[in-house]
Formats: sequence, structure tokens, C-alpha cells
Amino acid sequence: MPEMNTSSLPDLIFTILFFFMIVTTMREVTLKVKFVVPAGTELEKLEKKSAVSFVYVGPPTDQLRAQFGSSTRIQLNDRYAEPSEVMDFVLQERQSMSDQSAQVISIKADQKTQMGYITDIKEVLRKSWALKINYSATHRN
Amino acid sequence: MAKKKRKVPGLNASSTADISFILLIFFLITTSMDTDMGLARRLPQPPENEEIKQEMKIKERNLMEVRINAQGFLWVKNGVINDFIPEVRELRNIAKQFIKNEENLSSLPEKHPINIPLLGMCALTDKCVISVQTDRGTPYNMYFQVQNELVAAYNELRDELSKQKFGRAYAGLSDEQKVAIRTYYPQKISEAEPKNYGGN
Repeated sequence: MPEMNTSSLPDLIFTILFFFMIVTTMREVTLKVKFVVPAGTELEKLEKKSAVSFVYVGPPTDQLRAQFGSSTRIQLNDRYAEPSEVMDFVLQERQSMSDQSAQVISIKADQKTQMGYITDIKEVLRKSWALKINYSATHRN
Repeated sequence: MAKKKRKVPGLNASSTADISFILLIFFLITTSMDTDMGLARRLPQPPENEEIKQEMKIKERNLMEVRINAQGFLWVKNGVINDFIPEVRELRNIAKQFIKNEENLSSLPEKHPINIPLLGMCALTDKCVISVQTDRGTPYNMYFQVQNELVAAYNELRDELSKQKFGRAYAGLSDEQKVAIRTYYPQKISEAEPKNYGGN
């Protein structure tokens, strides 16, 4: 029986590999805050990934706690930020988007966060005309 | 000198497939395919002038206030209820009753006859507003649950109406039908600037 020619098999697998590399997204930032998002029932999926910017809110992670304490922090990209810096972040993110009116800000905040932080962020978002927001959550029944 | 043509032996490439398989599996594991979920909300437009704070003139019967204090306690005030409520879940039915005003009570939102395409003449409580007020110390989770219940109240009302009128759930309607239902039950959840309730 003649052996099957498998010399094209690597190419085939490489093609699948490249497909996955392009389609999926790598985790974009290293988290510096830890958070457990609330659970809700009326959730919607975040549709366009490219139009979403994330704002993380929570206490510093265990490794960083010794350095930064345990009070609530806001993380934008790879660093801690003040609420006032959110505006720059939002405008910068908007610049890099193709459909700027579709911008969505996803707020990933810890359950135990005090509303003061969230309200500050919301006020800044309002001022920078980023009106579509999304409170990140997990699904519950 | 023996002139022998030496043939270069071919590299054994049979393991390349295995290597690329390992790479493939590595990428499958490290990349995130998970879809992010969340409660979508829309913020009000920024005030045009900082000094002139828009004075919202809302009749008392059209307003339902939900206040969450720093301890996470919930206080609801509308025409029929003015009390602390112990469970967030109760908020859904209170909100539904408020928005619907089935018996046309004078203490609940007033109704206007409006002609909606596809639905005909309807009496709407389109002037009603639910106002959520929080303290700076309010736990985020409590606020989220309140928002969730209010959105749930609207979603349930829209579902009930679309089942009654079109015989299908809201999600299965055509775009025109959805617009009609949304006109019937416009979502009006306002968020006032935070105040101090019950101190920090």
C-alpha cells in the first residue's frame, strides 16, 4: 500500500494557527486591580470589541497592595489613574477607532466599590461625550 | 578521486505537524474567546452650561424616587408607596405597577392618548421618570442590582405588551415593531447627582 503524502499537513495546521491568531484577541492589559463584578439578569453582550474601552475599578492586587495600599483605584491601560484622567483616555481611545460614535465604555468595577468613584467616572464620561456605557457583570438566574 | 554525486539527505519533516499542533493548542488556550457581558446604560448629555442646571419640572405623580443610602438601604417614593423596602427584588413589581398604572389611579403617572404606528391609539404613561439617587458611600453592587431590577421591569413590560399585541417576545419582533413597543414604554431612568443620604 502506498503511503499517504503528509508533507502538506504542517502547512494546513499553520493556516489554522494563523487563523486563530488573527481572530482571537490577546488579553490587552495586565490587571493591576482585582475585582469581582456584580451579577445581573438583564445583560447584553458587548457587540463590537473594537469600539470598547475598559475602565477597571477596584483595590490593588495582592502583589501590589504593599506598595499602593488597599483603597480603591482606577486602572486605565496599564497604570493607575485619577478620575480626571479618564477624559484623556476616552478621547485617545476614540481617536483610534474607525466608528467613533459607536464608542462604548465598559466599567469593570468591584462589587464593593463605593459609588463615589463610579459617579466621578460617570461625570467625566458625560463631559467627554462618551455616553454609551456598560456595567460589566456576570450572568445569574 | 571517486566522483560520486552525493545526494543531500532530505530533512525529516514529519514532526513539523506536531510542532504546529502544539503552537495551535497554546494559542487556543491563552487567547480569550469569552464574550463580555454587561448592563448597557446610556448617560444623559452633559449640561450645556455649567451654571444653569436644568431644572426638571416633573409632576409629583410622574416621579418615582429610588434612593440608596450609604448602608445600602433602599427607599422608594411614589404616589402609592413611601417607605424603605427590604428586598431589591420587590423593586421590579413596584416599578412595573408605577409605569403601567393599570387602574389609572390619580396618584400614579398620568396617561396621554398617543397614536403609535402598528399599535393604534394608546394611553401612555410616557411622562413618568424613575430617578435613582445614590450616596457617595453606596456599595456599587446595590446600585447595580437596582439598575438591573429597573431594566428588568421595563423589559418585562415590553415583553408583556409585545406578546399581547404581536404574539411574540420583544426580542423576536421586527425593527418597526420594536420601535412601536419602545415608544409605548420609553425607558426613563434618571440619575441625579449624588447627595448625602444617611451620611458616610
